[in-house]
Parts: sequence; C-alpha cells; structure tokens
Amino acid sequence: MHVPDGFIDAPLSVVGGVIATVGVGVCLRGARRELDEKTAPLAGLVAAFVFALQMLNFPVALGTSGHLLGGTLAAVLVGPYTGALCVTVVLTVQALFFADGGTTALGINITTMAIVTTVVGYGIVVLLRALLPARPASVVPAAFVGALISVPASALAFVGFYALGGTTGLSLGGVLVAMVGVHVLVGIGEAVITALTVGSVVTVRPDLVYATRSYEQPLEIRHTEQAA
Amino acid sequence: MSAGHHHHLYLDRASLIHRLPPQCKIAAVVLFVTAVVTTPRGSWWPYAVYVLALGAVAAAGRVPAPTILRRMIIETPFVLFAVILPFASPGPKTDVLGLTLSATGLESAGILLAKGTLGVVASILLAATTQPRDLLLGLQRLHMPQLLVQIMTFMFRYIEVVLGEMNRMRVARESRGFDARHVGHLKVVAQSAGALFIRCYERGERVHLAMLSRGYTGRLPVFADARSSTGQWAMAALLPLVAVATTVAAWATL
Repeated sequence: MHVPDGFIDAPLSVVGGVIATVGVGVCLRGARRELDEKTAPLAGLVAAFVFALQMLNFPVALGTSGHLLGGTLAAVLVGPYTGALCVTVVLTVQALFFADGGTTALGINITTMAIVTTVVGYGIVVLLRALLPARPASVVPAAFVGALISVPASALAFVGFYALGGTTGLSLGGVLVAMVGVHVLVGIGEAVITALTVGSVVTVRPDLVYATRSYEQPLEIRHTEQAA
Repeated sequence: MSAGHHHHLYLDRASLIHRLPPQCKIAAVVLFVTAVVTTPRGSWWPYAVYVLALGAVAAAGRVPAPTILRRMIIETPFVLFAVILPFASPGPKTDVLGLTLSATGLESAGILLAKGTLGVVASILLAATTQPRDLLLGLQRLHMPQLLVQIMTFMFRYIEVVLGEMNRMRVARESRGFDARHVGHLKVVAQSAGALFIRCYERGERVHLAMLSRGYTGRLPVFADARSSTGQWAMAALLPLVAVATTVAAWATL
C-alpha cells in the first residue's frame, strides 16, 4: 500500500525522508557503475514498465487488493542501484502527480518499496545465483524467490514504521498479521510475474538482463591459420 | 512530451496558477501538505481553513469541482482502511447510530481521512495545472539529481510507448478469443509482460537514437525563459503561508 499523508506521524516521516535521501544518494553513486549512455534509456523504460505494472491491481483476500511493487524485477533487469532509482522515480511521480501515496510520506514509501525491495530481492538473487548452475537461465528461479520474499519484507518494514510512528492506534499485532498476511499473497503474484518476465527476456535478449552479466564470456577472437 | 503531447491529467487553461513556474508550485504543494500533516490531534477547525485555501487555488486555476471529485477515486484504498478503524481500534467505546464504535478509532479515522484527502487534492491541483514536461523542469530547477531527472524524462516518454504496445497486445489476445477468468490465465498475462518489455525496449532504443541524432545530451532543453521572479514566489507562497499560520495557531490554542 502507498502510505497516504498523515498515516505516520511527522517526526517519523522525517526519519523516513532521511533514510530515503541517504539510500538514494548511495544508489546515485552506485548507478554510475551500472549505467552507460546506452542503458540510461533502459532505466527509463524499466521505470515506465514498473509504472504500468503498478496500475494492474489484482484482488487479494477480503476485498483488499494489491499491486506489484516491481523492485526485484527492476533490480534484476538494470542492476540493484539503478533499479532502486527506477522505483524511486515511479513513487515520486505517483505521489506528486497521481496523488497515489502522500507527498510527506514519500520518504517512507521510497524506503519500504524502493530500497527494502531491491536490497532484499537482489540480495537473494545474488545468493541463489551462487548456488545455482552458472548459466543465464538460473537467474529466473532466483528472481522468483527474490520477488516472493521482497514483498513481505517491504510490508514488514512498513509495520516497523507503523510501530514507531503510527497515528491510528490499531493494535500492532493486528496490523502485523494483516499486512504481512496480505503481502505474502501479493508476493506470490509478484514472484510469478517477475519470473515469467525475466524468463522471457533472458530467452530472447539475455544482454538486457543485468543479473546475467556475471555469466558473460569475454569475446574470444580466433584466427584461422593463414595459408602460406 | 513535445508540443502536441497533452497528458490526460493536464487541463489546458489560461490561468494564474497555470502560469506560475513549476518549481514554485511543487515547493508550495510540499510545504502545504507538510503543514497539514503537522496539525495537532484534537483541533478540527484548521481543516476548514485548508479546504477553503485549496478551494481558492482551484478557483484561481479554473479547475472545476467535478473533475477534482472524480479524480479523488484514487484514495479509495485508504478510505476503506479508515472505515475499518472505528471497529478495530481499542479504547473507550461510544454509540453512534446504534453501533458500538471506538472513540479513538473514530477520531483517528477522521484525521486520516482529512489529512489524506487534502494531500490528494493538492496533488490533483498540481497535475491539472502543470504539464509533465514542466514538472520535470521544475524538479530540475529544485536540484533533483540529474540522473533521476533523466530517468523520469525517459519514463514519461516511454509510458505512451508501453501503454500503446500493451493495448495492441491486448487486442491481439482478445481477437484470438482470450479472456482472463481464472488464476491459470496469469501465465499468459505474464508472458505478454515479457514480450511487452522486449518490444518496448526495441522501440525505445530507436526513440533514443533519434533523440541523440537530434542533439540530446541528457539535459532538458529550456525553450522559454521559465526563471521565477520574486513576485511569482510570493504568490506561490500564499497557500503554504496560510497553512503554516493555521497549524501554528492550532498548536497555540490547543
């Protein structure tokens, strides 16, 4: 859920803003290594893509609905730093322009939905990639698990903020069970869509998937024997 | 976002608010919402002042009330959440129309709805009076990091590409008799998402090369002189000033 204005108290919104600013600063430094002139538009495309995916709401349980977060997908496609920046841009545009998620809660939304999802999701991808056979197709199951866990992790981060600065007085246990419960289900949907998207991109254009870069073979030039 | 590309959120009017430089409007919205959020618990009159202030902005920007009301549908998820609060919150109970409700829950729900709705309306007014391209320029002038501005520029540019391809693929699926009914169909939708990505990337690559060949260097070209004068900043400051004064008064009279 995009946190609206007034849901988390002002001091903690500032804390969220500080965490988000530091996180985005780190990502801006890191993204310089990931991006070159050719990949800058790729980052924009990933942001547009995540934006389009976030518009697909699917019903979860009890009349609530969830939508994809896209953090793991973005991290796998363009790298963790740039991925987090892509989701940050999406959240900023949604808050300022589409009124989805509060302007003062933007720091909290960036922390939970851009930073936590990419750190957790991509961390798991890197971990699993080391365990799985060294070929590009291994990224697909890794992305599945990464996405699966990143969504409840994001919900957990939200509950953390709520515990420290929630304004609504609901019991913490109830919020924890409801948020994490719903987001385990959202995580399954996220995992399926992330894995199938990454799967089809890996099959057709593995060069567009950042997470497969470690498998790239250096270009080998073989010379034929010159006839004397 | 060149001329001729009009975003569906933008209302093309000639008004005082439309003419304000985008950086002033963004700063005003952020400050206004911050003031609203810091309103103390227990005083209700400030919200009336905020609503009047936003109403004045809407009138000055010639944004009709039905448009604002229609766009407020975005806040449905947290309205639903607010409805649950009086039933789920602990604390002393009161009777309202025969229902036993939590008093603190009722108060929390009211505050959440008031603050959340004001934030939503402020964003709606910004979007209705500012073109996406100007929003980018405004953020650039407010010193948002260049890389973020660049990603955002491409995002706005590619949203149309993504939505166009998405629509084309949906028509293709449906003309072959596809109708998403149960969970098993998720696979088809997700595979379309993969194909969508590759098709968009390949189109996006051509768009980018076309931009580079026309001299794109990564920064947005500034066509009109959109620097902001002191007078414009003073006018944009009216809304947040009213809000800040109201919040301060509310804290003082608490």
